[in-house]
Amino acid sequence: MTTDTDTASVPSPAPSGFDNDNRQAATIGDSARDYVNRLRGGDMGSLPAILGLVFLFAVFASLNDRFLTTYNMANLVIQSGSIIVLAMGIVFVLLIGEIDLSAGVAGGASATIIALMLIDYDWTWWAATLAGVAVGAVIGLAIGSLVAFLGIPSFVVTLAFFLALQAVPLKLIGSGGSLRFNDAVLRGLSIKNVPVTAGWIAAILIVVGFAALSLWRYRSLSAKGLVHKPLGLVVIQIAVLAVIVLGLTALLSANRAPNPELFEISGIPWVAPVVIALLLFWTYVLTKSRFGRHLYAVGGNAEAARRAGINVKRVRIMAFVICSSMAAISGLLAASYTGKVSPGSGGGNELLYAVGAAVIGGTSLFGGRGRALDAVIGGLVIATIPNGLGLLNQASYINFLVTGGVLLLAASVDAISRRRRSSAGV
Amino acid sequence: MPEPLLELRGVNKSFGVVHVLHDVDFAVYPGQVTALVGDNGAGKSTLVKIIAGIYGRDSGDYVFEGKKVEVHGPRDVAALGIEIVYQDLALCDNLDIVENMFLGREETSRFGLDEVTMETRARETLASLSVRTVKSVRQSVASLSGGQRQTVAIAKAVLWNSKVVLLDEPTAALGVAQTRQVLDLVRRLADRGLGVVLISHNMGDVLEVADRITALYLGRVAADVPAKDVTHSQIVELITAGRSGDLGIAENALTADV
Ligand SMILES: Nc1ncnc2c1ncn2[C@@H]1O[C@H](COP(=O)(O)OP(=O)(O)OP(=O)(O)O)[C@@H](O)[C@H]1O
Ligand SMILES: [Mg+2]
Repeated sequence: MTTDTDTASVPSPAPSGFDNDNRQAATIGDSARDYVNRLRGGDMGSLPAILGLVFLFAVFASLNDRFLTTYNMANLVIQSGSIIVLAMGIVFVLLIGEIDLSAGVAGGASATIIALMLIDYDWTWWAATLAGVAVGAVIGLAIGSLVAFLGIPSFVVTLAFFLALQAVPLKLIGSGGSLRFNDAVLRGLSIKNVPVTAGWIAAILIVVGFAALSLWRYRSLSAKGLVHKPLGLVVIQIAVLAVIVLGLTALLSANRAPNPELFEISGIPWVAPVVIALLLFWTYVLTKSRFGRHLYAVGGNAEAARRAGINVKRVRIMAFVICSSMAAISGLLAASYTGKVSPGSGGGNELLYAVGAAVIGGTSLFGGRGRALDAVIGGLVIATIPNGLGLLNQASYINFLVTGGVLLLAASVDAISRRRRSSAGV
Repeated sequence: MPEPLLELRGVNKSFGVVHVLHDVDFAVYPGQVTALVGDNGAGKSTLVKIIAGIYGRDSGDYVFEGKKVEVHGPRDVAALGIEIVYQDLALCDNLDIVENMFLGREETSRFGLDEVTMETRARETLASLSVRTVKSVRQSVASLSGGQRQTVAIAKAVLWNSKVVLLDEPTAALGVAQTRQVLDLVRRLADRGLGVVLISHNMGDVLEVADRITALYLGRVAADVPAKDVTHSQIVELITAGRSGDLGIAENALTADV
């Protein structure tokens, strides 16, 4: 791009009116005040989810002393994997103000294909996985095209797909049957762990990488006098991330076998690196790519996006393709956890759990707001409920009641904060 | 009279059975402010959206710098160097000022979006327009007042090396001081050699900054005259009745097919 004449032809630019910018959040105190103002204005982000997680942990830990054991924590990580990945996909359709009710069964259908490729055709794990993800992508392409080109509300299109896609596993597996899912690598995602040393190396790399990136960003922004966070806040963020990542690594690196004298279970479950890789990748896409920016724009004001020359139809279709492809990976993780694929896979609560996870995490049902990280935080909340209740030997109806209640609560927080945002204008 | 930068010839546009524009000729000259006036529903915004490539036209030619061009969407129009500030501003409330200004034309570096370049250029542009009322270029557009949003929308149009800028009622929602700023800005853009189109219902504003006036009446061009040749009351007559003395549409054309 060339420098435009409009700015270049002004010999000495009038004094900029943005002196406030550099003063705006110069200290941690200012940042804290900004944050409180944002909360007041209804921009809650992931705060409700984090408070909810703390609350659930406190309740379950006080009711059952097995809840906080490293064994159960590792279980929680494994159980939350498929919900988190599905929720991450859902974030993309919620971002553009749409919904995908078929994501759960799309995952089931894809997992069926993966299992069949492994069993009937002896494909290797990665080829079978690619086939499954391709099935997801095609489903998303079909849904997205119907929504974007015909203008059918996504609610209706995906409801139809929710019904129709359940036929796929039913036809391929037969009612009452199931396909075993015991490929060493894919099943291993849930039952095997990263070697302890490798886990530590990866954890340290993540912390160092995050620190380097944050500090580099701080330096390049502050050197040019652009809007940036105060150094203190950057350091605090790095410290918090380091505590979480290194703390969890330490926790999961200890021997967590129920009877440690007899055998050893230690290391980060393989699900975790899969989730983290997806989190990093999609965070990059959402925050640093043009496509990500366009997703937010379409969700915020589709007409403005169209006038800005953005291909709104393409963005819409891509959101559904990403959602269904992530659903395929989620279906794979679910199958890896249970060790089998059955005709009902993905047709249960998976979808509502995932929508709940995304919304609890801070993604808006009304479009334009959301992050990949929301899915992780919200997914942990949703997974904690059945995990904790399971330890308490509660009847499963309680689980439905509690999860339904949490979903309703999250949607209410979303709706209320949206109202406050529009009145506070934040 | 220099060659027009942008010219529409014999444009017709219907929405279903509603015939909104009838054989409209419209020209924009470099270094001049062309005011487009007309009553509510006269078809001004529709004409702007046709120029913007948002609506197709049923017939007529689109001529840019003397050559007939085919435009198939906002992207083609932006590529020609035509920028539009819409009546309904069309900003994304969930994005900040910089993000809005670069929407659809984001700068990228090897690592993805180049926020440093974008924020720097956005600041320079806003500063060159002497915009001092926004607190931070990173505040979300939802938190801006109507006038501030207008300023952002104009700055967005000026950011690009544009040749023609169309402003659809840019001062309608503004206070006295901000209206002054916008009008000065409109004049300055024309003085830099751009072709500027100003749509406004305020005849005082129009007479102050416009070089030419094109009046639309029920989708027809009633007059296309130098601003210095008409008076305030003549423009009002052209807008409300489609004619004023020997200017305007002949009676029979009016009754022909409305
Ligand atoms: N998308 C559309 N579909 C159908 N009719 C439309 C559409 N857009 C505009 N019209 C009609 O076209 C006519 C001209 O509208 P337009 O918005 O161009 O008027 P305008 O001159 O900009 O008026 P205003 O001064 O109120 O902004 C009106 O009768 C309007 O109802
Ligand atoms: Mg209008």
